[in-house]
Amino acid sequence: MHILAFLLRRSVQAVIVMFVISLIGFSIQDNLGDPLRELVGQSVSEEERDLMREEMGLNDPFFVQYFRFLGNAVQGDLGTSYFFKRPALDVIMDKFPATFELVLGAVFIFLSLSIPAGIYCAIHRDSWITRFIMSASIVGISVPVFLTAIGMVWLFGVELGWLPAFGRGDTVELPWGWETGLLTWEGLSHLILPSVTLSSIMLPLFIRLIRAEMMETMSTDYVRFAKAKGLSTSRVRYVHAFRNTLLPVVTVGGLMIGTLIAYTILTETVFQWPGMGFLFLEAVNRVDTPLIIAYIIVVGLIFVVVNTLVDFLYTLINPMVKLPGAKS
Amino acid sequence: MAMLEIEDLHVAFPKGKKAEVEALRGVSLKLEKGERLGVVGESGAGKSMLAFSILNLIAEPGRVSQGSVAFHGENLLELSERDIRGIRGNRISMIFQDPMVTLNPVLTIGTQMVETLKAHRKISDAAARKLCIAKLKEVAIPSAESRLGAYPHELSGGLRQRVVIAIALLTDPELIIADEPTTALDVTIQAEIMALILKLCREKDVALILITHDLGIVAEVTERIMIMYAGLCVETGPTQQIIQAPHHPYSAGLLKALPQFAGRGTRLYQIPGSMPPITALPPGCAYHPRCERATELCKAQVPPLEHGHACFHPIDQTEAAS
Ligand SMILES: Nc1ncnc2c1ncn2[C@@H]1O[C@H](COP(=O)(O)OP(=O)(O)OP(=O)(O)O)[C@@H](O)[C@H]1O
Ligand code: SF4
Ligand SMILES: [Mg+2]
Repeated sequence: MHILAFLLRRSVQAVIVMFVISLIGFSIQDNLGDPLRELVGQSVSEEERDLMREEMGLNDPFFVQYFRFLGNAVQGDLGTSYFFKRPALDVIMDKFPATFELVLGAVFIFLSLSIPAGIYCAIHRDSWITRFIMSASIVGISVPVFLTAIGMVWLFGVELGWLPAFGRGDTVELPWGWETGLLTWEGLSHLILPSVTLSSIMLPLFIRLIRAEMMETMSTDYVRFAKAKGLSTSRVRYVHAFRNTLLPVVTVGGLMIGTLIAYTILTETVFQWPGMGFLFLEAVNRVDTPLIIAYIIVVGLIFVVVNTLVDFLYTLINPMVKLPGAKS
Repeated sequence: MAMLEIEDLHVAFPKGKKAEVEALRGVSLKLEKGERLGVVGESGAGKSMLAFSILNLIAEPGRVSQGSVAFHGENLLELSERDIRGIRGNRISMIFQDPMVTLNPVLTIGTQMVETLKAHRKISDAAARKLCIAKLKEVAIPSAESRLGAYPHELSGGLRQRVVIAIALLTDPELIIADEPTTALDVTIQAEIMALILKLCREKDVALILITHDLGIVAEVTERIMIMYAGLCVETGPTQQIIQAPHHPYSAGLLKALPQFAGRGTRLYQIPGSMPPITALPPGCAYHPRCERATELCKAQVPPLEHGHACFHPIDQTEAAS
């Protein structure tokens, strides 16, 4: 029951956020160039243009136009891409699997590295491995992502030639038209460099965060009490100490989602990864306004959904936070 | 052979690159089966260090630098990690000061109880839960069955400390070390919790080391007292004897500071000055800067612990009486 109440409340919030995003998106469209110039050539006379403007409702007041846009948007109609001459939403959704798999790869890499590394560095404070990881993470935080990306392309793609640095390779089609690169070696090998690059934004930060949190929980009274109860070292570390580091980690993770999505644009562009971010940058270059707006709205929606999931996860692992409607 | 025999225990912390400072400077004590000992002293005297070193749980960077802790003749400080774990929470249990932070906030009471049993006994989940409920009932927790699924924050401070006591009793230990078990609690329930600990120890013939600042509590609960000052035992003996006739000026000062010993209408006495930090101990008797009876000898030499007190000029009780 209380889960439903939680979801309901979050849905209302999500709708409000999406409303704001759509308003921003629409204002961009309103201010970005003249749609007619994209639709018709130079040959059309000024009178004919005025007539078309009137017909398309482009002379209506801002809010009339906005609500028309909104009405279409909730029906899944985000306009037609000037360049592709197809519904903008369809164009975006074709690219969604590529971006999704890239982010999945990055999250997988950074979780499977930052958790063990963070725990290790917290437990073996003075070992040389810890010192190395900690210094490397400082460097990692300060290197800009595009440098990491270019460095990766140059070293592994060009110099050593170990891994492909461009595109997605062959994909396999799953039901609902989902093109996946996760099922073939070729697809996976194409995924490595871009997802490592994308994960490098979060990795150093999370290693340091997990280490700091773990060191703090290891010195708490409840961990001491767990030891005094005679529990095994691994139970003390992982059940008592590490579970308590999850809360701040999930919180920061939630805050970083926006950053991660933003950096897909850069990563996809450097690696020519055929995802939504790459498409977006192309759309910007072509002033393909409907596509730009469709991207903003889709990404906004993804952001809202993921954030809600993170909050939900947070309430699951933190018994102190009660879902609204739950009874103690 | 006594159940517990601590011999010349030193605990040291690094100071700078090479040097060390000592939080315990050679403490010895003996405890018989079922005996209740009170350890008293001001904050920083080393009471918690003593408690934690018994189970070899001194937190880094501290370490036991010298001495032994013999439990039934076996030196706990030399046991392997695995063997000492078999003692911790099993034959020797601890109760900590603040029940708000002793229990893990993200684990249920049930989990934290059952895991203790499972660490020490081969026992099924169902049997373990049954035993946990029985123990919760023993410490007078209302509706014990429903508490296993509760998280610590859902319980009041007093109830949490009862849970901690229940955990300490789960494995029927021979010794409980309680480090200021009531200081963090509401005054109205302090006496209740103390009475509970006393009752359970008596019923089960469990020995108790009760650490506290409060001589009043010690007088009610324990049979013997050890008074600590700056990492040393300065006076030890039967509780009633020390309370009625202390020999060490520090013990006398602590007693004089008790409200129930102060005369009606007089201001509460306070020992002048404060205990020096372990990094800046004065030479000789560490108490001499605060002591009315101090002489040149006290500044030059550390008084040995003889006849139950470590003082060159102990209070002679015939003198005190006059
Ligand atoms: N990590 C540390 N580094 C250096 N000194 C420490 C450290 N931890 C504790 N000490 C010192 O050890 C001494 C003894 O501490 P302990 O906790 O045993 O005192 P206590 O008698 O239990 O006091 P309280 O009544 O406040 O609990 C204190 O003087 C303290 O400053
Ligand atoms: S030895 Fe001297 S200074 Fe220390 S307590 Fe006794 S009289 Fe006071
Ligand atoms: Mg203490």
